Amino acid sequence: MNAVSLKGVSKQFNAGVTALDGIDLDVEPGEFVSLIGPSGCGKSTLLRIIGDLTKPTAGTVQVNGKPAERARRDHEYGIVFQDAVLYDWRTVAKNISLPLELLRWSRTRRNARVKDMMELVELTGFESHHPWQLSGGMQQRVSIARALSFSPTLLLMDEPFGALDEMTRERLNSELLRIWQETSSTVVFVTHSIPEAVFLSTRVVVMSARPGRVAGLVDVDLPQPRTSATREEPRFFELVTRVREQLAAAGAPLGETQEPALVEEPL
Amino acid sequence: MSTIVQPVPRSVGRQIGRTALDWIPAVAVFAIGIGAWQGIVVAFHIQEFLLPKPTAIGHAFWTQKSVLWSQGIYTFKEALGGYALGSGLGILVALLFAAWRPLAGAFMPYAVAANAIPIIAFAPIMNNWFGLLNPFSKMAIAGVLCFFPVMINTLRGLTSVHPSSIELMQSYAAGRLSVFRRVRIPNALPHIFTGLKVATVLSMIGAIVGEYFGGPIEALGVKILNDSSYGNFTDAWAGIVMASLLGIVFYAVVALAERLTTSWHPSARAFHTE
Repeated sequence: MNAVSLKGVSKQFNAGVTALDGIDLDVEPGEFVSLIGPSGCGKSTLLRIIGDLTKPTAGTVQVNGKPAERARRDHEYGIVFQDAVLYDWRTVAKNISLPLELLRWSRTRRNARVKDMMELVELTGFESHHPWQLSGGMQQRVSIARALSFSPTLLLMDEPFGALDEMTRERLNSELLRIWQETSSTVVFVTHSIPEAVFLSTRVVVMSARPGRVAGLVDVDLPQPRTSATREEPRFFELVTRVREQLAAAGAPLGETQEPALVEEPL
Repeated sequence: MSTIVQPVPRSVGRQIGRTALDWIPAVAVFAIGIGAWQGIVVAFHIQEFLLPKPTAIGHAFWTQKSVLWSQGIYTFKEALGGYALGSGLGILVALLFAAWRPLAGAFMPYAVAANAIPIIAFAPIMNNWFGLLNPFSKMAIAGVLCFFPVMINTLRGLTSVHPSSIELMQSYAAGRLSVFRRVRIPNALPHIFTGLKVATVLSMIGAIVGEYFGGPIEALGVKILNDSSYGNFTDAWAGIVMASLLGIVFYAVVALAERLTTSWHPSARAFHTE
């Protein structure tokens, strides 16, 4: 059974814009799949369709063999947005335990899990802090801990590190891979960054824009576990080049595949 | 991975209020203002019925303090009753509007229009409806004044939630009630308090203005009106001082409640850290 199975998924917005056109994609359990493509290729929309936050206009979406809506109601996935989306009125610990509260876990069980999660994302000691007292990278780690707290089988991440600086981003990349291996979950990851996609993924889905289509798939055969040394291997650069060429072939102006200009500007 | 930032211990004292040092400018402005007032009245021989000296007002206040206090409390109870009614209803209506948008669409224009009417002009009508000596006539005026600012601020707080905050709750298959309880209402708290703070002063104004159109002799507004009519302006000023003091204390109590319930808010940052 596939973790995610998309068949002929299309999405048209009211204005008549076709965001996605006939997407077929299967993700196996335990895979780390990145969706990459130029702005407007509908990769975030596709992620939201998998998570049942948006309905497709055509096609079927199955998560763990169930329709997406059923999977959402069964708490099959955790989601991480570009913004950490932490609630200011909750402490770090209470933010992490939010999904557990909704699942009606007992307080003792919640506290034990929060403790584990704080260790997993290496934030022990910050339980009683409020989100705005943390740096952007720490906030995003809280957000990841929250998404993983109820052990969903599928983790959906929408440019989670897009707003972070390059050093924090690379560190969190390594951390995410460690967590992924420890929790053996399936990850669907949306990104603008080619090196990030190659470094993290077992498979990269290259998308083209207007309408959004799957332009190509790149299997990433870099050995696990991946470390900062991985980023210097010739094979890493070959794969980065392969993805870049596929993006170019898909008609993406190369400048657009980089970080959004907003992030690149020096502060 | 190295964690560079260490947890910072927070002092509870700084969460609650400003330090004594922070109050020095405000106290200085008060002293200079009162001093200038006194100086101008003395220097230009201003008649007492135009503007009494602060020392004269202080003296009148002190000699009548017990009667001023009991009158003040009488009026304050009216204001408080109106405040509870108006603010409570304001929050309730905002919750209904936020929960069911068509309701807001249907009623909001009339709420805005009603707010544009000079509601104080209804004071004699309220006195007529509920009886001149019935405190409820003053509560009604105070309540009507409080309703709109509390309602509009609460509604804004309930609806100005970042879409992804709601989507996150959807991804957990949270129900509407849960979204209200866990996201919309906490998000609205700072806005609700903005409305509640404005309403404290409005409720005092409502009660006193209601009393100007007739009320029992035990009421502060009636006292101020009578003193003015008999030319006892210094006594009238002493009554105004009592009304202001009660208004300030009321406001401060609500502000303190805000500080305590929304200490999580980033605007409390200054009270948490250096």
